Amino acid sequence: MQNNEVYKDINEDLKWTQINKDILQSMENPRKGYWISVAVCLFLIMFAVVGEIYQYQIGMGVANLNWPHMWDLYIATFIFWIGMSHAGTLLSAILHIMNADWRKPIYRFAEAMTTFSLMTAGLFPMIHLGRLWNMYWVLPYLTDRGIWPNFRSPLVWDAFAISTYLTSSALFLFIGMIPDLAICRDNARGWRKKLYTALSLGWRGDDRQWRNFRRTYLIMACFLIPLAVSVHSIVSSDFAMSIMPGWSVTSFPPYFVAGALYSGCAAIITLFILLRYYFRWEEYMTIAILEKTCKLTFAIAMVWTYLNLIEFASVWYGHSAADKEVLLAKFSGPYAPFFWGMIFCGSIVPFVLAFEKWRRHLPTMMVVSILLNLGMWLERWMIVTPTLSLSYHPIAHDVMWPSWVQWFIVAGSFGWFGLLFLVFVKVFPSVSMYECKEMVLHRRELANKEISPVMANGPGGGAPAPGVANKSPGVEGS
Amino acid sequence: MSLSNLVDDWSKYRKGREEGGYHDYEHMWGMSIDLNKCIGCNACSVACYAENNLAVVGKEKFEKGQGMHWLRIERYWDEPDLGEERTAEFQQHGASFLPMMCQQCNAATCEPVCPVAATYHTPDGLNAQVYNRCIGSRYCSNNCPYRLRYFNFWSFYEDSWPAPLNMQLNPDITVRDKGVMEKCTFCVQRIRTVKDKARMEDRKVRDGEVQTACSQTCPTGAIEFGDMLGMYDPETGVAETRVTKMWRKHQVELGKTKQNKQTPDMRGYRVFEFLNTDPCVMYLDRVREV
Repeated sequence: MQNNEVYKDINEDLKWTQINKDILQSMENPRKGYWISVAVCLFLIMFAVVGEIYQYQIGMGVANLNWPHMWDLYIATFIFWIGMSHAGTLLSAILHIMNADWRKPIYRFAEAMTTFSLMTAGLFPMIHLGRLWNMYWVLPYLTDRGIWPNFRSPLVWDAFAISTYLTSSALFLFIGMIPDLAICRDNARGWRKKLYTALSLGWRGDDRQWRNFRRTYLIMACFLIPLAVSVHSIVSSDFAMSIMPGWSVTSFPPYFVAGALYSGCAAIITLFILLRYYFRWEEYMTIAILEKTCKLTFAIAMVWTYLNLIEFASVWYGHSAADKEVLLAKFSGPYAPFFWGMIFCGSIVPFVLAFEKWRRHLPTMMVVSILLNLGMWLERWMIVTPTLSLSYHPIAHDVMWPSWVQWFIVAGSFGWFGLLFLVFVKVFPSVSMYECKEMVLHRRELANKEISPVMANGPGGGAPAPGVANKSPGVEGS
Repeated sequence: MSLSNLVDDWSKYRKGREEGGYHDYEHMWGMSIDLNKCIGCNACSVACYAENNLAVVGKEKFEKGQGMHWLRIERYWDEPDLGEERTAEFQQHGASFLPMMCQQCNAATCEPVCPVAATYHTPDGLNAQVYNRCIGSRYCSNNCPYRLRYFNFWSFYEDSWPAPLNMQLNPDITVRDKGVMEKCTFCVQRIRTVKDKARMEDRKVRDGEVQTACSQTCPTGAIEFGDMLGMYDPETGVAETRVTKMWRKHQVELGKTKQNKQTPDMRGYRVFEFLNTDPCVMYLDRVREV
């Protein structure tokens, strides 16, 4: 009983002014850890800039790409970042439609994670191009020459899918933030005042605005769900549409989507713990919500493991000798340590999430969530590279390890993502204020309904039910 | 593309021959390579370097797998891993050689995956690579089961040919800079020259008039090059060429994933036919005493 009291989704006695104050202070005075993280991110970006300038000047050869290994870490990391973008949609759109209200304090930063990981992912196809300066040729722009991109190519589908998903998710992030931006506007000074005034689009919080807002938000959510599923399916068709052994796998689209949700949820746990620390948000990012996220992650981890086994089984019972050879090479070839690392991180480590004791232990969860994402990154690498090292033609069997340039750029992508995210959480409210208020209101109503009769009959007398104001949780609390 | 096309069975569009695919071929250049005759001397490869302005990347980069040999002689031994356990028997047999150049597949796997359509099928039945259009996504090379596409990982055109050597470059063909894919073109510059000449003289291209650098150079005449349109579409009335005769003799047909051989002396095969790439290069199996 006592545990249940401690681990509540949110404390229903929170005052609305208190919510406003707590969230708004995140934009003013984070802990020192925040600034250290910013410095680390800038440092990592510096590495990537050095690597990219060198590669741009000299040629792709400096990345240790070679004749069978035309793709390597760049594409693997590209898939990784695309994958990470899926969890934001899961939390903000899918759980919104399913009325899971525990998502409310954490969906905003998850949605921001979606947008920024897409921005990071979008860099990789450019970085990996041999002639970066011609990358716009992939887009169907009007040209005198009358040349169109090749619509049969999965890479062109990628360009469409990612740009659509990026614009939609950025729009979704923005729309969901409008009532909160109005609160910020009412409290800000200086340049922030101007910024929030422009962005809040004249939000006053009247009934008509709320109605339109709700409708727009719901429509966007419904639009975004099939889009998110299709995006990673399309990314998977980069491989599934080829004829290479180990790539041409029919189950790749669901496998990629499951992997995407998996790594995204793991990243949410990481960022959850970081934000909770940076901004002292123990009241909002509660252990109960972390537990629910962990359970979700565990379920998705099992789906991913299952799809992984399906893939192995279908190769094993299939008739393609080349496919089998690639699979066996993953098990026991030169890439085997990374393969088993992926299995360990992706399928065994998540069992930690099955234990309540560990789910509530923040440092453990931090380590576990990072390990899960490491596993998912390895998974992407193990999709791309073993096939290239062992394709049909025996003369092209080759093992090549990425050079420092690739590692620098991959490391820098984490810095780039981290920097975008950190700037966002400092400039914008990364916990949804109005939805926290809704949540509190909802919980109070529940408490009144359920607890009052019991308490009335009990020895303790009447419950001190908090006064519930019957008005919409808008901006007036500011 | 109409709606009825969209709901049709798309697999048939992979075939050049059938309706909806490419069918206005003027030529279909092909090869027949007799491995009995190949002695593995690498003269074809050298000729290819000279003819097509291939960059000489140097030993170090070649070992890293960054070389660009459009035509490579592959060596295979009977025993896959030689190493320490090399026996006299295998030494006696020596290597088998397989000259591999772009197979100019009729259902090329590299073509549909290029995002900018830099590789496409020409009316000559060639699988063309447009260097100017290439943005270097390298998907084509990944999707080529023969691994016959080479990427310019470095910039060579400035310093690969020191002072007097740059004079030996073939002016009919461009030099490629870093970041583009390249591959065997069946010496397309020679084909163009002969076709232009034939058009000026108002006649058809004669058999044997076009010779690729490799077939011209081969000391044993292992490589035959010629027009195979007669194999592809007998109704066009294209005369039999030496290549089509070889294909017919060894009963190898286009558009098949498996050839039915009636007798053991039908030595013809195409590499990775089962992948349905429909290549235009036929190899004649090497026969030797065991």
